[in-house]
Amino acid sequence: MKYLDEYRDGAAAERLVAAIARTMTRPWTIMEVCGGQTHAIVKYGIDRLLPRDLELVHGPGCPVCVTPLATIDRAHAIASRPEVVFCSFGDMLRVPGSRGDLLQLKSRGGDVRVVYSPLDAVNLAASNPAREVVFFAIGFETTAPANATAIWTARRRGLTNFSVLVAHVLVPPAMEAVLAAPENRVQGFLGPGHVCTVVGCDDYAAIARRRNVPIVITGFEPLDLLDGVLRTVRRLEAGRAEVEIQYARAVRAAGNRSSQAMIDEVFEVCDRNWRGVGLIPNSGYRLRAAYRDFDAETRFDVAGIETRESSVCISGEILKGNKKPRDCPEFGRGCTPHNPLGATMVSSEGACAAYFAYGRHLDAMPIGVDAASTDVARESVR
Amino acid sequence: MCLAVPGRLVETYREHDVPMGRVDFGGVFKRVCLLHVPEAVVDDYVLVHVGFALSTIDEDEARRVFAYLEEMNRLDELEAGSP
Repeated sequence: MKYLDEYRDGAAAERLVAAIARTMTRPWTIMEVCGGQTHAIVKYGIDRLLPRDLELVHGPGCPVCVTPLATIDRAHAIASRPEVVFCSFGDMLRVPGSRGDLLQLKSRGGDVRVVYSPLDAVNLAASNPAREVVFFAIGFETTAPANATAIWTARRRGLTNFSVLVAHVLVPPAMEAVLAAPENRVQGFLGPGHVCTVVGCDDYAAIARRRNVPIVITGFEPLDLLDGVLRTVRRLEAGRAEVEIQYARAVRAAGNRSSQAMIDEVFEVCDRNWRGVGLIPNSGYRLRAAYRDFDAETRFDVAGIETRESSVCISGEILKGNKKPRDCPEFGRGCTPHNPLGATMVSSEGACAAYFAYGRHLDAMPIGVDAASTDVARESVR
Repeated sequence: MCLAVPGRLVETYREHDVPMGRVDFGGVFKRVCLLHVPEAVVDDYVLVHVGFALSTIDEDEARRVFAYLEEMNRLDELEAGSP
């Protein structure tokens, strides 16, 4: 497909890797912010192509992962009601709550549906006036315009049987939380390309200045990621803590004004709990007062549901870039995508799930391999 | 979750007074909301996330990384050609 295949060329990737190696004079640690980037990096083995002294650490950018267990339990409580048609993006349905996941609820007769677009949920409400249609509105800034537009459309069409369970999160406060941690190791960022198509680069320029880190807004294909790493390394070597757009075929510096206006019409910034991390101030969206009658938490009285997380899971440390999946004794053993203990294993974009999907848990198994020759040993030395 | 895929806009229409389009993703066609890309016209490539176009693809910028690789190739040839 155009604009995808040409960015997966192996020979071009080798040339970029060589350029990165030539540019480096000392070790660097770079965080890719977005879960989609983490998935692509592990899928294509990009972290293993890079010079040993360049470490990619995986960031908090997976909204499915960081949605708190309590919110999933609230979704479950709403979806269990006989009058409700519960709609969600597919990846949220497999995330286990305290009483199973939404797909299991569906197999027991619950009316749970996967939608491709939030507008599909609005259309379902219009064609099922006797049912309550609830949409699970999760995501980062990338998804916020779509979800906001759906809510705005529902109001324009006068639909009173449509509501949303909102669990929106924002990227910049999470990056700030990573950088503010005393144990932080991150020196530069691959910024979230699709988030920035919506919001533009101003917030990222501010972080780069304030925290003295280069941020390269990067795409999602192998050549994009390597090009993003090269540009970040150049800025690190030159001591230039600025924002640069690698993903310029899609990102404009000002973002998408129409999307921003729609977000601002429907949502306002609020504090949000991140699974594995905890409360981050001003890190999410909630409905503005003018749209509160679309709030499913109020409509179905589930705001009081609270749930405690597993205590053995180290996903908080992984989301902050302090640890890797293989630092966890439960990784691939007591914790798998079928039985996840925490945030980074619940979605394919979580670092642990990506490592598991591409067989990295097998690397850690001592099957006749000299431990010193494995990546595990290498990583623990770093 | 923030997955977005580029596809070619093949047709535009309105639905409930919202601009919509049909987008071709390598032979798979989807209905896409165009409310936030008023500049998009048929044959443009749009970047689509959960049924919404977020931006139009800039053809010149899309070539940039390849132009850079070309330049590296030329430099290598120069070096290889020198004694």
